[in-house]
Amino acid sequence: MNNQVMFVFLALMILVFSVLTVTSRKILRAAVYLLFVLVSTAGIYFQLEYTFLAAVQLTVYAGGIVVLIIFSILLTSHISEKAAVSEWKQSVLSTLASGAGALLTLLTIYKFTFVPSPEPASTSTVTDVGTALISTEHNGFALPFEVVSILLLAAMIGAIIVARREKDKNMNSENK
Amino acid sequence: MAFSIYDFTDLAQSIHNGLSSSLTPVWTTVIEWAIIGILYILFVALFGLFLVYAERKVCAAIQQRIGPNRVGPYGFIQTIADFIKLLMKEIINPKGVDHFLYNLAPYIVIATVFIIISMFPFAPGLQSFDFDIGVFFVTAVSSVGVIGILLAGWSSNNKYSLIGGIRSGAQIISYELSVGLSLITMIILSGTMQISGIVNGQADGWFLFKGHIPAFIAFVIFIIAGTAETNRGPFDLPEGESELTGGFHTEYSGIKFAFFFLAEYMNLFIVAAMVTIVFLGGWQPLHFGTGNGFNAAMDLLPPIIWFFLKVCTIILLIMWFKWTFPRLRVDQILTLEWKYLLPINLFNIILMSVVVLMGWHW
Repeated sequence: MNNQVMFVFLALMILVFSVLTVTSRKILRAAVYLLFVLVSTAGIYFQLEYTFLAAVQLTVYAGGIVVLIIFSILLTSHISEKAAVSEWKQSVLSTLASGAGALLTLLTIYKFTFVPSPEPASTSTVTDVGTALISTEHNGFALPFEVVSILLLAAMIGAIIVARREKDKNMNSENK
Repeated sequence: MAFSIYDFTDLAQSIHNGLSSSLTPVWTTVIEWAIIGILYILFVALFGLFLVYAERKVCAAIQQRIGPNRVGPYGFIQTIADFIKLLMKEIINPKGVDHFLYNLAPYIVIATVFIIISMFPFAPGLQSFDFDIGVFFVTAVSSVGVIGILLAGWSSNNKYSLIGGIRSGAQIISYELSVGLSLITMIILSGTMQISGIVNGQADGWFLFKGHIPAFIAFVIFIIAGTAETNRGPFDLPEGESELTGGFHTEYSGIKFAFFFLAEYMNLFIVAAMVTIVFLGGWQPLHFGTGNGFNAAMDLLPPIIWFFLKVCTIILLIMWFKWTFPRLRVDQILTLEWKYLLPINLFNIILMSVVVLMGWHW
């Protein structure tokens, strides 16, 4: 009963703020609505008792990506700016497209017959996640983990190269 | 009703049993939530007021003044009077602000404070949440708090606020890295992220002593980075009253300003409590080894007093920094983090791994 109340509350939060995110004409408000969507999603993970994923959701999405988005908005836009009202054709077409997508998903879910599994729900603690990440045996994730690390390293080096200021003789006075 | 100052588990259990014997499960849950919520609100308000008073007294002592001494004995009621004055002030909504975000920002800041405090064990049995990701969850939630500061800076429609907000954001995001990495160092030693596990692991000696050299390096880094994360001096550039008239909360007044003010002091408490839990054993009394007379003597003092004794010592240390060191420039703040603390931290993680692998800790 308590769980259902919380689920309905979180689901409503996600739905309402998702719609607000795409319809808001103020860009920073849209970012904040997105934050609410992401935090509510973390709440659903908490309800499923997968706390590790919930905390990752909070750190990576709410604490990382939304902060990055807000930072770039802060540096580029002014408070009085508003996005232009979209044309009615555009809004009608996009409503149709998203409605069709939602309908398709709902149909698929209702058509599918879910078979209740006799196995107990798997509780993966953070220790399991940690061991799986560095294990080289069957079901181990050591290789993907290393590959992702290399990708991240490459992205970081690329970002530094892109953002680096060209060496300029006139700039030397700044770096005494 | 069983009650012991040494262990609150029985008290909590007897309250739960008493409620559930006379009420339906739903109402039991609701009433327990209400009790816990009121306790936390009371704690945050009272401890926040105490910290403001302590800051003024410490500052006065360091500057060879007396400090507040008129209202109540030793000026103890001064901050309560100040707070009542603050609550009665007019709430001003400046022209041209984004009202929704302007009003939302203080609540984001204060809400993250409450979520983090709910993770702390004040004494055995006095903890609301105990996930297996405890420490990670604390850092995850505290990374959301910066959003409130950024929003406050931007939505105030004021240049000073915006500069303060961006400075604060850059500073908090940078130093979060050091905080996280020094916590990781200690997690390598403790072998668990669960807060109760970390505290229980220190029953035969605090991690600061158990992990000796790498733990001490992590301790120093954590205190520096934690001070920077709370936007306190010598890292108080985001507020820098001499250049920014108050930074991101320039335009706020009344209760909303009080929220920022309270959140700032509670963040100080959060940093001190994290230091206490991870390095100084949480509510564990000072123990060396197991089962000797020294430990028995230390056990006489209740755990909740040990916790607040350690927290207040760390808070005093951080206040001491503020009134001793001059404010850093913004480039010095970022240099300190990215060129010194971060490399030292990464090296320290390797050192700690070696120490744990070779069994050099005790």
